[in-house]
Amino acid sequence: MSSVRVLVGTRKGAFILSSDGKREKWDVSGPHFTGWEMYHLKASPADPNRIYASQSSGWFGQMIQRSNDGGKTWEAVSNKFVYDGVPGTHQWYDGTPHPWEFKRVWHLEPSLTDPDTVYAGIEDAALFRTTDGGQNWHELPGLRRHGSGPHWQPGAGGMCLHTIILDPSDPLRMFIAISAAGAFRTDDGGVTWKPINKGLYSQYIPNPTAEVGHCVHHIAMNPSRPGVLFMQKHWDVMRSDDAGDQWREISGNLPTDFGFAIDVHSHEPETVYVVPIKSDSEHFVHDAKLRVFRSKSGGNEWEPLTKGLPQENCYVNVLRDAMAVDKLDSCGVYFGTTGGQVYASNDAGDSWNAIVHDLPAVLSVETQTLP
Amino acid sequence: MIRVVLPQHLRTLARVSGEVQLDVADPVTQRSVLDALEVRYPMLQGTIRDHVTQQRRAFLRFFACEEDLSHESPDALLPEAVVSGSEPFLIIGAIAGG
Repeated sequence: MSSVRVLVGTRKGAFILSSDGKREKWDVSGPHFTGWEMYHLKASPADPNRIYASQSSGWFGQMIQRSNDGGKTWEAVSNKFVYDGVPGTHQWYDGTPHPWEFKRVWHLEPSLTDPDTVYAGIEDAALFRTTDGGQNWHELPGLRRHGSGPHWQPGAGGMCLHTIILDPSDPLRMFIAISAAGAFRTDDGGVTWKPINKGLYSQYIPNPTAEVGHCVHHIAMNPSRPGVLFMQKHWDVMRSDDAGDQWREISGNLPTDFGFAIDVHSHEPETVYVVPIKSDSEHFVHDAKLRVFRSKSGGNEWEPLTKGLPQENCYVNVLRDAMAVDKLDSCGVYFGTTGGQVYASNDAGDSWNAIVHDLPAVLSVETQTLP
Repeated sequence: MIRVVLPQHLRTLARVSGEVQLDVADPVTQRSVLDALEVRYPMLQGTIRDHVTQQRRAFLRFFACEEDLSHESPDALLPEAVVSGSEPFLIIGAIAGG
């Protein structure tokens, strides 16, 4: 029988939640890396026992951990992220030039085919790759050297490269997103990049339709339709049907279109999930109710999913990497909150249960569907 | 033998308990002690000093013989009591944050 692993990164350690295919009873393992900020954990699609984890601390900096046994044991691999060549500058919050400085790894994206190849999205925004299981990391400098690089500016959470999506139909195509530069695509394996922000409108920047400068919070794709992308922007939920060349808004009847997390159903590529957040100055759910909104029509028409979720006095946030789906039938949907709950739905969002209630603030949630 | 005391999180990372003892050739300085420490425990590279600049991370401090040596030159000689092993070289996480 199939089973599911949910990899949870929190402000004070990592947890691994495991269940059989029914997804009703869960085993909780952890905390791993107690006391460290665990920005992201993700497993290799090519080897389910290989898991990578980004471990970070204000005192001790960045570590990358690797497991070869599904998270039972871990080994530290290289934490050396050095920008290619002379780093140069980007814009600081006040618009002055500021040197590129490595701070942490926000996102790890293992290759779809090679367990030793992993992409890392870092702050200050750059893309790195290892091809030896994390022993050595090298920047793909074409992204940062895109002509717009010196004009990129940090968002409130820092200038982070937080989203990396690999195109399963084209090994040379990849999508990334940066707060607050926007989305970019490579069609040549990361050598050159183009901004893909047409159609985005951000009223808080000097030119609301600028080529770069948009605060993209997260992007999601269903692997069966890699040209269709869904985006949660700072404000606005967006959709592209041409691999990001053009976006259109699909916020529709959402109670607020601010938010961080977005994901797509594993088997129904027109079914999309978001968690609306009240505003950019009040980072908690709207109306004090924790509601996932689901669209079965690819956007615009959204229904609130509330069964099993708190509907009063709730003031949590769901961060950008803290939602994931599994590949079982019916699709499992998972998200973690800044209040330390990890909720799971084994019926595509119709109903929810908290796997755990009282973890540290959840930074990331990823799943593995195991045979 | 140079004795080094690591903060708890770095002991966990290096998989050691208690003090670390290192052979360090003269001159015994912050730099030579940290170099020897990182050779013995490569996973500590970048956690005490920046990979590129080799500067002490902002929220770490170096103490020995009841003195704060954090702002000493990395090439300054460490106190004789550290060199002789009668006193440890302490790497301490600053009391900051949550």
